Amino acid sequence: MAVDINLPAPPSPDRPASTPSGRIRLKLGIVTWLALLLAIGLMLAALFAPLLAPYDPFDPATLDLLDGMMPPMQPSAFTEKTFLFGTDNQGRDVFSSILYGSRVSLTVAFAATFLSLAIGVSAGLVSGYAGGVTDAVIMRVADAQLTFPTILIALLVFGIAQGLVPAAEQESAAVWILIFAIGFSNWPQFARTVRGATLVEKRRDYVAAARLIGVSPARILVTHILPNLAGPVLVIATIGLALAVIEEATLSYLGVGVPPTRPSLGTLIRIGQQFLFSGEWWILAFPAATLVLLALSVNLLGDRLRDALNPRLRDGRR
Amino acid sequence: MTGFVLRRIFQSVLVMLAVALIAFIVIRFVGDPLESLASQETRLEDRAVMMQRLGLDRPVVFQFASFVRRGLSGDFGISYKQQEPVTRMIAERLPATLELALASAALALVLGGLLGIHCALKPESPLTHFIMTVSLVGVSLPTFLIGIGLIYLFSVELGWLPSFGRGETVKLGWWTTGLLTLSGWRSIILPAITLSLFQMTLLMRLIRAEMLEVLRQDYIRFARARGLPQSSIHFGHALKNTLVPVITVAGLQLGSVIAFAVVTETVFQWPGVGSLFINSVQSVDVPVMAAYLVFIALLFVVINLIVDILYYAVDPRLRIARGGGET
Repeated sequence: MAVDINLPAPPSPDRPASTPSGRIRLKLGIVTWLALLLAIGLMLAALFAPLLAPYDPFDPATLDLLDGMMPPMQPSAFTEKTFLFGTDNQGRDVFSSILYGSRVSLTVAFAATFLSLAIGVSAGLVSGYAGGVTDAVIMRVADAQLTFPTILIALLVFGIAQGLVPAAEQESAAVWILIFAIGFSNWPQFARTVRGATLVEKRRDYVAAARLIGVSPARILVTHILPNLAGPVLVIATIGLALAVIEEATLSYLGVGVPPTRPSLGTLIRIGQQFLFSGEWWILAFPAATLVLLALSVNLLGDRLRDALNPRLRDGRR
Repeated sequence: MTGFVLRRIFQSVLVMLAVALIAFIVIRFVGDPLESLASQETRLEDRAVMMQRLGLDRPVVFQFASFVRRGLSGDFGISYKQQEPVTRMIAERLPATLELALASAALALVLGGLLGIHCALKPESPLTHFIMTVSLVGVSLPTFLIGIGLIYLFSVELGWLPSFGRGETVKLGWWTTGLLTLSGWRSIILPAITLSLFQMTLLMRLIRAEMLEVLRQDYIRFARARGLPQSSIHFGHALKNTLVPVITVAGLQLGSVIAFAVVTETVFQWPGVGSLFINSVQSVDVPVMAAYLVFIALLFVVINLIVDILYYAVDPRLRIARGGGET
């Protein structure tokens, strides 16, 4: 079967769509590579946190209060340990906390993005293919939700879900509630993009042909239309991942995210802010820098991916 | 015109009813309203009496109707945590949030406008490239980090500005204002900048894009050909015609500013509605959450309504286009 990919030809090297001159593009190329390396590096570090972390920040047996508030790279007078990024007030190694923290942050962000992708893509496919009342209802709900900032939706969903869970299980359920809240708050972007692309695809000959030989609508959507939407969905998913990382950090910073026993980057920043005025800058600075690098690199990758795959998507993403 | 306005008002009422329904369901079914009032010693008979008094034994539809009726008269029940009327708690904290939101909206409009105009008039200057890059980095950073960064720079290192609170406030009737004291003005600077950054970038990029578009139009070329002075072309012709969409977006963003204030208020311990909401989410204080939901929704619906009607009044083309239904 001739696959009709609904994407313009990739921009040729000498006439890129996004930049007027080749010189700037070369510079952007390096930045993109750096972002890619950084993002992959941070993700790998999070994935292999237990192997890379010099200490286990959650094992009380390895903590020594005498090591508390150690500045970076200074051997402790009591235990003679050296801490790359210093320690917090309880003697936890900041570097190890960051490794484990990015792990929590990225797990939540990936799971939430996957959830919004699942909800949004299904809603968008159905909406675009069915049309009529179904389309109107789904899109009205998406529009209504898009009116409100995602962080507010996530907070509300989190609060409500927290109320539904019995008090004893609230702490263990918090991560799941957080994933649900963030995932739910981001689905409309997926739905909108997928609906638009489905509207275009369903008018194509291959869909008409499939319908003629009696393929069921569900099968047309999943096996024929869906593969052709991979490009736009990948773009939204990458940008959505960056948004989810920021959203998770914000919620945890506000103290409504993951429980303090499993700190994410946002929780670490929340803790570190308490020491902002007393001079222990490293407790705040290193988690904050990690979050900035993670958010920036993933965001940049999403942007570049969008430019490379589909210039028409560039407008109207917010 | 009246038909359109009536239809929009009807839609808004529908939206508000839907939000009220969500708020009602949350209050009624998330956590037991009775459990929050009764103690362990409350006898079963007393519970039954309480249930009757609260109307919890009646059909749910009636309960919803009475919820809406009480909501219309401004009664959203008693906070589980503070044992205070929710409406009064929100009213007490509203001035702080509104002052912060207006200050940052003004900041965003003025600075975003100036930067946007600069970027449109001098698209190739190094300053423009710099502004555009910084603005991209700015939107990708979480708001709370920018706030912490400002605190670090201006409160910790330089010691110029306070890092939390509203400073001294003055009571004007039920309204408490921080804008009449020096410490109040000093306190609002950092939170207002933090809150305005996102909107500022948005407005700047919008003004730049719109103005570049307008500058390409024939009447601008004609104005140049007539030999009008640059400033009159740029500000009299080009800027004036970019303002309509900009004002719309700025109006719509005012609601977002108040909603975004949730984060900023927490960073700067600003005693506003947003921090009240965060506390209620943390402690699962359902009536406060529900009332905040209704409050924010009302805000958005009213702003949307006003902007729509204004747009309709300003742009005659919409009156024809509206006939065919909207997408």
